[in-house]
Amino acid sequence: MAAEVLIRVRGLENRFGPQIVHQGLDLDVCRGEVLGVVGGSGSGKSVLLRTIVGLHEPWAGTVEVFGQELGRLGAADRRALERRWGVLFQSGALFSSLSVEDNVALPLKEGLGLAPAARREIARLKLGLVGLPPEAGGKLPSELSGGMKKRAGLARALALDPELLFLDEPTAGLDPIGAAAFDRLIAELRASLGLTVFLVTHDLDSLAAICDRIAVLGERKVLACGTLAELRASDHPWLREYFHGPRGRAASGE
Amino acid sequence: MSTPTPTPTLTRNGATLSLAGAWRIGDFERLSREISAQAAGIPDSVVTIDLGAVFALDTAGAWLVERTRRELAGRGVTVAVVGAKPAAAALLATVAERAPAPRGEEVREAAGARLVRSLGQGTIDAAATGLAFVRFLGSVVLTLARTVPQPRRWRVGAVLHHLEEVGLKAVPIVALISFLIGVVLAYQGATQLSRFGAQVFVVDLVAIGVLREIGILLTAIVVAGRSGSAFTAQLGSMQLNEEVDALRTLGLDPLEVLVLPRLIALVVALPLLAVVADLLGLVGGGLMAWVELGIAPAEFVARLRQAISPWTFGVGVVKAPFFAALIALVGCAEGLAVRGGAEAVGRHTTRSVVESIFLVIVADAIFSIFFSLVGV
Repeated sequence: MAAEVLIRVRGLENRFGPQIVHQGLDLDVCRGEVLGVVGGSGSGKSVLLRTIVGLHEPWAGTVEVFGQELGRLGAADRRALERRWGVLFQSGALFSSLSVEDNVALPLKEGLGLAPAARREIARLKLGLVGLPPEAGGKLPSELSGGMKKRAGLARALALDPELLFLDEPTAGLDPIGAAAFDRLIAELRASLGLTVFLVTHDLDSLAAICDRIAVLGERKVLACGTLAELRASDHPWLREYFHGPRGRAASGE
Repeated sequence: MSTPTPTPTLTRNGATLSLAGAWRIGDFERLSREISAQAAGIPDSVVTIDLGAVFALDTAGAWLVERTRRELAGRGVTVAVVGAKPAAAALLATVAERAPAPRGEEVREAAGARLVRSLGQGTIDAAATGLAFVRFLGSVVLTLARTVPQPRRWRVGAVLHHLEEVGLKAVPIVALISFLIGVVLAYQGATQLSRFGAQVFVVDLVAIGVLREIGILLTAIVVAGRSGSAFTAQLGSMQLNEEVDALRTLGLDPLEVLVLPRLIALVVALPLLAVVADLLGLVGGGLMAWVELGIAPAEFVARLRQAISPWTFGVGVVKAPFFAALIALVGCAEGLAVRGGAEAVGRHTTRSVVESIFLVIVADAIFSIFFSLVGV
């Protein structure tokens, strides 16, 4: 099946001063798949995510999302495109001055101009969808635990029912039960909402549980990209270390 | 695939609600009203919701179906949802499982009650802030007393760093402002005094005004805005980032590591800045006196010697360390009091500047009374 490519990265180069993070990086993400992005610390996973969503200007190369190059769009088209994806930042990035419910309601207000009552209704629905108790809606982000912040951040990312979801280490800092529940949640939402997910993670359990394909970043490019089984069969030293190390074995139940 | 008409519609045929089109969040408000009205008008005890013609359903659309189902079920009506495509069925199941039960609107407090409550809360908060500041002052003094006899614990590097930040880098702005104030003072004085033929007293006006009051007061205000706010923002961000807690767990006292160097640096820097301000204020006044009144610099200096005693200068500068301590302590106390998020940093920074300027002016008034009592 020739699936539709939602994200197409070609020849991407990113550098910070003399330090080159990406060079000649190519990556495709197809509609409906969950792509896990792994790599050592400093391999530029988060930079790649930030480049794709347009928070970081690439040094060279092209990034197309939904077939359009973000840098070449006018302000209105760009906003329209940005509404088709949702981003969950590593620590939630909730607006600290707004209640959790208002955080989720903000895109509904700014993007759709919904009336307050409808915004509240939808915001409560989204909070329920990500498994937050109703009373969490009235709290300020600083009053939530780390796991709840992530769930609230996910609810905000899902506010406009995006087609594409970017998750930056969603399970980092969660206890194993919380992390497994988060994985289940993402799998479930993806199945019911038909989401395409770009998932930056270090969590081998997440990779095994929900990713269709995994892209491994290293040596400034995508070292390998394929299913978990394909990558486990690879004899690249870093991949062997990663997937056949003690944690990798544990995650796959070896 | 040809795209069916995207406009979502709702039709009722007896006990069947038929949905069609794309049920998405964009039409949420209209659909919400329609489906509520239709569902409320159904008298039957068995209702079918037919999704056969729905080709796109998002969470908002699914919620409308689920909400209607719950409303009807609440009335004892049996509801069957039919015709959903597999993806839509999965979404409906997810929403049915996870959507919270609708809550009644929160009880709103009466306006009067809110006023009384916020007044009371404000009073308690103000008292708590005052108490916390006194406590903070006490702990800083204790820490200082503990640290002074142990030269090994003096943080010379940090003090020098802050000395540069709050002292050296503040020189240009302090110099410029006091120069301009000297100019303004001399000009205004000259216009008024020349009506009595007393132009030469401009020198007295500028000298006493700048040296006793304006030089140091203005410097303190500039420093409160510049450095007091920076202290609050720095310590506030560190507090949010758990850096202050990290210091504690490493066995370091945040008061000793963070507050004392800033306090000492400002107490040293502010008198020096006041001297700069005094000097530039006199230069500005002298320049204006020369231009406007033809009082030559030599004459100005001669007059200056008669007008002021060393005490005039001393009275101004001696206030500086006290003002500096107030600014540094308020700035640090507000910074360490930051809790919550980015907004709290902003709130405390504002408070830090307002409180420190207020306290500086109150202290200046107290000094005025004191000096007039002792007769200098």
